[in-house]
Order: sequence, then C-alpha cells, then structure tokens
Amino acid sequence: MRAALFVTCVNDALYPRTGIAVVRLLERLGVHVDFPAAQSCCGQPQYNTGYRHESEPLMRRTAEAFAGHTHVVTPSASCAAMIREHYPRIGRRARDEGRGPELARLADDLAPRVYELTEFLIDVLGVVDVGAYFPHTVTYHPSCHGLRILGLGDRPRRLLAAVKGLDLVELPGAEECCGFGGTFAVKNPDVSAAMGTDKIRSAASTGAEVLCGADNSCLAHLDGMLRRRDVPPRALHLAEILAATEEDPLR
Amino acid sequence: MTAIPLGMPAFPTAARDGVHDEVLRANLRHATHTIRDKRARAVAELADWDRLREAGKAVKDHTLRHLDRYLLELEESVTAAGGTVHWAADADEANRIVTALVLATGEREVVKVKSMATQEIGLNEALEAAGIAAYETDLAELIVQLGHDRPSHILVPAIHRNRAEIRDIFRTEMASWGRPAPDGLGDDPRELAEAARLHLREKFLRAKVAVSGANFMVAETGTMVVLESEGNGRMCLTLPDTLISVVGIEKVVPTFRDLEIFLQTLPRSSTAERMNPYTTMWTGTTDGDGPTAFHLVLLDNGRTDTLADAVGRQALRCIRCSACLNVCPVYERAGGHAYGSVYPGPIGAILSPQLRGTASEIDASLPYASTLCGACYEVCPVAIDIPEVLVHLRERVAQGGPVTREGIRVRIRPARGHTAERAAMRAARLLLDRPGALRAGERLLSRAHRLRPRRLPGPGRAWTDSRELPRPPAESFRDWWTRERGDRGEEHR
Repeated sequence: MRAALFVTCVNDALYPRTGIAVVRLLERLGVHVDFPAAQSCCGQPQYNTGYRHESEPLMRRTAEAFAGHTHVVTPSASCAAMIREHYPRIGRRARDEGRGPELARLADDLAPRVYELTEFLIDVLGVVDVGAYFPHTVTYHPSCHGLRILGLGDRPRRLLAAVKGLDLVELPGAEECCGFGGTFAVKNPDVSAAMGTDKIRSAASTGAEVLCGADNSCLAHLDGMLRRRDVPPRALHLAEILAATEEDPLR
Repeated sequence: MTAIPLGMPAFPTAARDGVHDEVLRANLRHATHTIRDKRARAVAELADWDRLREAGKAVKDHTLRHLDRYLLELEESVTAAGGTVHWAADADEANRIVTALVLATGEREVVKVKSMATQEIGLNEALEAAGIAAYETDLAELIVQLGHDRPSHILVPAIHRNRAEIRDIFRTEMASWGRPAPDGLGDDPRELAEAARLHLREKFLRAKVAVSGANFMVAETGTMVVLESEGNGRMCLTLPDTLISVVGIEKVVPTFRDLEIFLQTLPRSSTAERMNPYTTMWTGTTDGDGPTAFHLVLLDNGRTDTLADAVGRQALRCIRCSACLNVCPVYERAGGHAYGSVYPGPIGAILSPQLRGTASEIDASLPYASTLCGACYEVCPVAIDIPEVLVHLRERVAQGGPVTREGIRVRIRPARGHTAERAAMRAARLLLDRPGALRAGERLLSRAHRLRPRRLPGPGRAWTDSRELPRPPAESFRDWWTRERGDRGEEHR
C-alpha cells in the first residue's frame, strides 16, 4: 500500500510533530508514504473568508500535486472536508462563470481520493488497534468539519479506545463548536473566546490529562487558551497518540 | 427595505454586550439547551424524518421555481373565496396598505397575532404614526412590547428575559396599555400567564380589527394557516370583523396536501411538540362565521431579489421554526439583539443581508457571525445549507459581485474596510502558491521561535488577547522530510 501525505500548511509550519507522527504510524502499519513537495495550502482560509478567487490557484496546486496518487491521507478533518465538500463546488462555480471545465475536472478527480487519517486507518487499512501505547487519561473533541461534513462518527473514539493504557473519558457537550472557526477567531474575538472558555472548562471537568482532536487549528485555539491560563489538560493531535508505542513513547 | 435599529453597530461590537452580560448568557443557555434537547427527542421519534426533510425542501423549491404561477393561483382562490388581495413591493407600501385598510374601518386599535412579516416591516410603528394602537397578543410579544424592547428570538421573542424581569415589566407597564397587573403579582409562571390572560381578554373582546401573518398559504384553495401555542391567535383570527394578513410571498405552497409535511416538521423543529396545539386555517370569508372582511397583503420586500440568487435563494425555504437559533453556539453567546434584525441567529445571518443588501455595517458583518460549524444545517427541517450561503455572502462582501436589487442586475463593489484583509489574503495566497517561498517563510518563523512575542499587534491582537500563540517549531515538516527522507522526496515545482 502506498499513500501520499497531505500534511496541510498549518501542520507543516507550526505542528510538524503531527506530520512526523503520521509518517511513523503509517510506516509502522506497512504503508509506503510519499510526500509530494509541490503541495501547499488547500485554500480553505481564503474560501471560507469570502475570497473564492484567491482559493482557486491553491486548489489547482493541491489537485496537481496529488495527481496520480490513489490514496491521499491528511491529519486534518477540516482540510479533508474542504477538498471533498467544497472543491467540487468551487470547480462548478468556475465553470458556470465561464472559466472552463478544468478546475471542476481536477476537483471531481481529487475529492474521492482524499482521506482524513481516521478514515484511512479504519476504512482503507481496516485497522482499529494500531498497536499504540499511551498510558494517560484522554478526552476527545470532535471538531465540527470532521463531525458534520465528513461524518467521521465514532472512528476517532474507536481508535483511541483501542490504544493500550489509554483511559478515554467522554467530553460533555462534545459536539458543540470550540469557537475557532478560522478567521472567526479574530473577526469575532469575544464570542470565539466565550465559546473556547466553555470548551476548555468542559475538558477540564473530565479530569483528563490530554484534550485530543483531529484538527490542529481548533487545537491551537484551545491549547492557546489553556496555556494562557496555565491549566490542564494539554492539547494533542490524535496522530501523535496513535504513533506512540511502548518502545517509542511520546516525548 | 427592512428597518435596521438606529445606530446598529457591526455584529462583533453588538455581540460584546451579550457575551459579557452574565444574566443574559445564563437565560439563553438555559432556554436554548432545554429546547434543543427536547427537539432532538421529538425528531428522533419519527423514523422518516430525513424523508420529511427532503420532501419539505422539494415542495418549497418547486414552489419557488414557479412562484409567479402559484401566487396568481393564490390570488384567484382568495378572491373567489371572498377575500381581497393586495400586492406590496416593499415595507412602506405594505404599511400604507394596512394603515389605509384599518382607517377605512373607522377603528383606532387592532389586535395582533404574532407575525414576523409585520415586525420585519415595522408595522406597529407605522400604525402608531397614523394614530392606531396595535396590541401584541402573543405572550412573549406582549412582554417585548410592554418592555419597550426588541424581540431576540423568532419563536420566543422574550427568550432573553427571566421570570423576575417579566414580573417587573407587567407590574410597571400593564396599566398604561389597559388592564393593570393584579396586586402583589409574583414571578410564578402560572401567575404571570394569568395576568397576561386577563389583560389580553379585555382586548380580544373589544377589538374589531385583527392583523396577522401566516405560516402557509395554499394556492389551490386560498387557505391561510397559522400555527401557535397559546390560543390567543385563534381569538384574533375569529372574533374581529376585519382580518388583515400580511404574508411574505415565499409562504405559498401549491396544494392543501403539502401541509401534511410541514404540520409534522414545523412543530417538532420549533417547540418540540408532536402536534401543534392551535392550528387555525381560514379561507376567505363565510357569512355568520368569523370576520366579514378578509384582506391578504402579499409582501415582497427583497424576496424576489433573493430569489434571483442561485445560491442564496434557498433561504426562502425557511419556515421560521428557529431550530437553527437554538443550536447555534454563536447565537447562544451573543444573544438575538446583536443581529440587528427581527431575524436573528443563523437564518437571520443569511436572510437579512439578502433582504436588506450588504451596504450597512451590520449587514456586511452578519455573514461572518458564524464559525461555519454546521449545526444549523444539520437541524434545519427544510435542509437550508446555511454555511454554504454564509460563505457565498462573505464573497459578496469581500469581493463584490453581481446581485439583483429591485429587479435590476447590478454589480456591487466590495464592502468598505476589507482592503487590508484582501491584500493579506492575496499575499498569503502568493506565498502559499510558491513552495520555495513557503519554505523560506517557514525557516524565518523557525529562527524567530526564541523571540516569540506574547502579544501581537494589529488584527493578531484579537488572537493574543485571550490565547497564547502556537510555539513555532525549530524545523518545519517539509525540512524534516528532506533531512530524513530526502531520497524519497519528489521534485519541487
């Protein structure tokens, strides 16, 4: 099995540990990982803020970077949702506006080949127990795009529950948005902070050591709030937990 | 054009008051969480909910596609049943028509059934200017009216008020509008309801003219349908001599049979009830039964322009159930007043900027009053993809583009205040579209990781005011990959 890693711009620049964890995890499971260097950002920040035209070149770049790869894996539910849900939409709009069928073709071709990490593990590789070891109490926040656009369901929780030594505790109000929302966090800072405060309060009420998620952008917001208050839990991407083993524990 | 409250600031500013009002936050949290849990249970009882949702969407879309035909059919049916149809292009015209109709009866007061359309056009204020007193008879609307307040929720306009506040409003205000509050009125819900009942009964028995909206209008029969929970609406719809209904043109459905869908989905979505408590239907006039004169004012007020937009038109499917408000985490923190419209919450954020245009500060900010979490789309009983429309309207605000205004296709310019953002988005795109430049930028970030500031200037301040910045890593993933697996890397482009 070969898979191309779409690491995403946020992970590339700010959370390389997540990308490294995905590589370690997939290689441990016998997957040959490619990293097409021409990849960049999926264009979600531009698109979601109202700059669809600025997102189009990034969409084209992403589609071209992964042309020919049958499985594209990404440790970001939000970016996977952008490609699967919004790329075809952007392509159609470009076509309807008379800018040719090319973008629509690229989008429709890429969308079904993109998998969020937990989908790839469970749906493609067929594994739930990935042989991880993480002796800590963990609570999971299902970020909105994974939950509602991708429909990840209980995949992340099943993977976590199978981790040796891990004690998974339910997060009260788990399905409520954390308040990040991309540029929402800076455009509506008061509401964003109020939502984030409620989310970290819920996480703290579980007594968990780790607040886990499948999107480093939401986690950056929550971790930033936790560290500003200097309180537990600490935020950690799902991939890092799944990559940890007894022989090679998380630092 | 729909009225915007005087001096209404942009959403982020207006929301600040709500976010920092502890009483309001607690009231809203309690009310929205209670109703959202009940709604989820009521919806889960129906095995065919998804099919009902699809059917509702399909009926609404079909009707909107042939709206001209169904409106003419409706006019014919209403006229044949003894009613009179009036067409109003905007709020002013609708207000003029209603005012003239009331004045023609010789009456100087009207009782009102809770109606979003009449609030949208500011009818009460227009009637007041003509010397006509309009009395709201829905309990929550009464609280809002007596409190000289604005509604903050579609279904529960006084959701932002608690019992103690309501008691105080009744005690101080009821006397100046009619029957005063009973002596020693407490804040027990039963006592409050009884005080309202006595106060309103006096008005029901006296009024000769009533004004209502309608949840649905049936084209084939000319039937109007109002759904309500208290029975006060039925009093207004049956007792007076003259009934005037102001209804948005998108409320028409083709046949009586179509109601079957919405009479299941609307009560469950809005009040979490299996069956609506008071469903009143009337068709024109009947000798010796109910009002002897019936007028239907069909309101456009930006709806035809909204219909011209291929993405945004789905907002017209809305049946005003308010389920989207009750699940919205932003509405829950900001409160309804922050939306600057009688339509607050997610549906308001896509409806107001379409009905009113995006020229004002509040309307240009509404498409951004969402994290795009999608909870609103998930609960919508007519499957309005609110996040899709929000992003579409953000594009209109940020980049400008073609819109229809009063029937004319025009190209609008981007809203003011987006120049710096547009430049930043373009710069980010240029950087991200060049992996070489991106790599150089990442290395710069890595080198700066030791002198990381705690607070950022400019727009970044909004982030660092309440959060720490992520710690930049010593090495980007891209560099790690090249160092570790350089031989397996692919060529740069």
